Amino acid sequence: MSIRDLSVDELVARAVESDRRAVGRLLSIVERGGEAADHLAECLQQVPTDGHVIGITGSPGAGKSTMGAHLVAAFTAAGRTPAVLAVDPSSPLTGGAILGDRVRMAAVDTTAFIRSVATRGHAGGLALAIPGGARLLAAAGFDPVIIETVGVGQVEVDITAAADTTVVVVAPGMGDAVQANKAGLLEVADIFVVNKADLPGANDARRDLELMLELSHVTGQEDSSHRPPIVMVNSLEGDGIAAVHEAVDAHHVHLIESGNWPPAGAPVFATSSAAAPNSRSTYSSRRNSAMTPLSPSSMQSSPATSHLRRPPASCGSLAGHERHLSSLRRP
Amino acid sequence: MSDDDAPIRVVLAKLGLDGHDRGIKVVARMLRDAGMEVIYLGLRQTTDSIVAAVEQEDADAIGLSMHNAGHLTLGPAMLAALDAADLDIPLIIGGIVPDPDLPILEAAGVAAVLGPGASSEEVVRTVRRVVKPA
Amino acid sequence: MSDPLAEWRSHYDDARLRDVPFETMSGVPLDPVHGDGPYPGEYPFTRGLHAGGYRSRLWTMRMFAGFGTAEDTNGRFKELLRAGGTGLSTAFDMPTLMGRDSDSPWALGEVGRAGVAVDTLSDMEDLFADIDLSGVSTSMTINGPAAVLMAMYVAVGEKSGVPRAQLAGTIQNDILKEYQAQKEYIYPPRPSMRIVTDMVKFTTAEMPKWHPVSISGYHIREAGSTAAQELAFTLANGFAYVEAAIAAGEDINEFGKRLSFFFNSHTDFFEEIGKFRAARRIWARWMKERYGATDERAMMCRFHTQTAGVSLTAQQPEINIARVATQALAAALGGTQSLHTDSYDEALALPSEKAVRIALRTQQIIGHETGVTNVIDPLGGAPFVEWMTDEMERQAEAIFAHLDKLGNGSILEGVYAGIESGYFMGEIADSAYRFEREVNAGRRIIVGVNEFTDGDEDTDPNLLRIDHTTEDYQRKRLDGVKKDRSQEAVDTALATVIAAAEDPTVNLMPPIIDAVQAYATEEEISMAMETVFGTYVETAVI
Repeated sequence: MSIRDLSVDELVARAVESDRRAVGRLLSIVERGGEAADHLAECLQQVPTDGHVIGITGSPGAGKSTMGAHLVAAFTAAGRTPAVLAVDPSSPLTGGAILGDRVRMAAVDTTAFIRSVATRGHAGGLALAIPGGARLLAAAGFDPVIIETVGVGQVEVDITAAADTTVVVVAPGMGDAVQANKAGLLEVADIFVVNKADLPGANDARRDLELMLELSHVTGQEDSSHRPPIVMVNSLEGDGIAAVHEAVDAHHVHLIESGNWPPAGAPVFATSSAAAPNSRSTYSSRRNSAMTPLSPSSMQSSPATSHLRRPPASCGSLAGHERHLSSLRRP
Repeated sequence: MSDDDAPIRVVLAKLGLDGHDRGIKVVARMLRDAGMEVIYLGLRQTTDSIVAAVEQEDADAIGLSMHNAGHLTLGPAMLAALDAADLDIPLIIGGIVPDPDLPILEAAGVAAVLGPGASSEEVVRTVRRVVKPA
Repeated sequence: MSDPLAEWRSHYDDARLRDVPFETMSGVPLDPVHGDGPYPGEYPFTRGLHAGGYRSRLWTMRMFAGFGTAEDTNGRFKELLRAGGTGLSTAFDMPTLMGRDSDSPWALGEVGRAGVAVDTLSDMEDLFADIDLSGVSTSMTINGPAAVLMAMYVAVGEKSGVPRAQLAGTIQNDILKEYQAQKEYIYPPRPSMRIVTDMVKFTTAEMPKWHPVSISGYHIREAGSTAAQELAFTLANGFAYVEAAIAAGEDINEFGKRLSFFFNSHTDFFEEIGKFRAARRIWARWMKERYGATDERAMMCRFHTQTAGVSLTAQQPEINIARVATQALAAALGGTQSLHTDSYDEALALPSEKAVRIALRTQQIIGHETGVTNVIDPLGGAPFVEWMTDEMERQAEAIFAHLDKLGNGSILEGVYAGIESGYFMGEIADSAYRFEREVNAGRRIIVGVNEFTDGDEDTDPNLLRIDHTTEDYQRKRLDGVKKDRSQEAVDTALATVIAAAEDPTVNLMPPIIDAVQAYATEEEISMAMETVFGTYVETAVI
């Protein structure tokens, strides 16, 4: 029986049992939105999740993919089960996309779950379905969930909405640090990585970032309880990745200790750009929002679709479900 | 976006050690230009890595590029791996396949074969045909 | 102020000439050169490397061969020599090219298909059985594991009583283009460069008739580059090897003499001729002015050419004979030192015996019947040809400037940077795609493909088929060799290779030669080095 014939409920039941094929299929459902996506959102409400969602962004050429790949490998080596949503831009002319991040990731870590996502016309550079996809992966037991994005324009705002920890990657000599400031990345970054740290200009990049962080502190833009660390990394050699790993885990601890963990309440599911917050206020608005599951269709016509919402009891197989994280590891 | 509007997702790969990737790169661009999403795995893939990609990416089709006359071994090997993983996804083989081998591949379950010099229209048409049979 | 023509004349008079009439078919006597200098054999060698050109010696008719087992290829070698071929050129199968043995899981479906399978010295011995290595020049097309194969050739020579100093030939060993185009790499760029420089040093010291690197543009072109990109990327790689060798303490006048090149001959007739002439001029200038060579022989861009495989169509395959003929003619008019002509059925399969013979005969017709060899650089001075030569040079210089900048004044560093950033791959993929779009749009005609397609259904059923028995045979043979050899000797030899790899001051060739003589397999030796050098995984640029 083809997996495409299975219902959302059957797929969810398999997904929480670590069936990667089912997870893959459900991710497509999230991407497409509609009734099936709405129903999925409801089912997932019952699945507890406190998986860590990490966003990685930065300008093209900063080497995010390589750094991300090594970071994923570090998580795997530490006994966790990472999943990656690798976002690449769709062609504005044709709507198609060449998604090349997977192979870069898989070269470094062959066990991680990797899903390539095209932006499909979403202006910000972050696909519409990313928040829902991250939620789904977390519900399926993957931890951490890493969202890697294209890093242009509006994306930094979008990624904040979906991620618990945002890592901004800059590279020396590209004026990245200055660009980062202009693009508002200073506001959203929880961790900065200066990649290609072996190149001349790496220390300049760090100093630029430090200076700008100082200035923003002075002008009161920033949440003073957490000063983003700046980590120097040479991705090609793998140097510094352990420090990034530590910084990510440390930020997770910070979230817990500052009362912003676990993100409770209904998940922010598929959002449109209208619904995404356009400035970062506090951590608690990020994933703890009381917004009901949203998909593009339900945004437009809640009353019309309400009759399609099945009672959560149909996802009954999930109640009290206990996941075995290790079973998600691919042999 | 309904199912019918969603872009077709195709995994493109080369099995084994063969490094000729001019053709597969051109096909990647052709498919992108036709509005498809190409999960480009490129060189040195194994049947395992391709199966994992198909599962995780929920791919609609697989395109394998072959240049070293290995199609009679590698084609069936890929089909067997897909079968073992319970994946009913069409496999297209691109490259130099002599005429006498076409019926053999078809009988084995290969959905289509695209020869060298296939135009982008033919490539795109073939993918659309095997993904959504009439 | 010397008279260039007179100078050329004096060299010409010293040259030994072939004993054939240098006149037209109708009996009209011909002068060896026409037009202006610099003349053939005169720096910067635009018009040719030697004063006598093909009047002294025709290009080597070197047909690439290899398939199945070593025994099968040995048979093909002998046929080619009997048919008048003047050099051997070895094609290896995919596993061998990648440093894997025939029993590796990566070898599935590939053993003996794209070339001959060589796992151990036993296979090499079979490959050259009954061929006098002191009497032939052998080219081996292999890159990643080149050191191992060269070691095997040396060992075979020694076993048959031919000292290494007498062995003549070439090994491709051009690892830089692998990262850019052909993808037959094993280790990352810098350790691979160390292997190449070790081989350069070794041959400079012990194998004076051996060309240790054949800097190749053929594959770059096949991957889709333009003619100017082929020219520029190839010569840039050449400059990179020169810089590496100089940094390793080698004398440019010594190793420079034994570097050679390998170009593509594609279908645009005059573009190719301009490219070949520009190659000679550029190489000479850079070797002299940038790198300080003083011996003219170290400034010479000597090259082998192969007609463009990618231009062969599966549709109406016999017409490829015409394509190959024009491409071969361009190579001859461009002054190549050695030539391989593709067989008409190669778009479909490895070439059949008959097809190979036709390809060789094509060269023989050009060389012996057409008379184009009677006058040296006969197109020199033609306004269009000189313009084309200048244009190729101009475009190449722009690329060198870019790489020089990328490398902060070092072409070697610029090439490493270009590899890392995907510059070469990106340019090649863009050119390939541009070409594809033109063909697709019908703006560029490919006969039999997008025009003149009547007759496409006629396919030749007599294709060479490699059967599955090769793989079985090779595995059994490999098992046999492993049983017969001393495992202890192999283990010791491999440990020595690893120790040598770890010490950059030690030359890898002697320990590798010892290892092959102990019948260690190609994969064992390659993987031993991998433990030190690491694996290379490319970042694909589409």
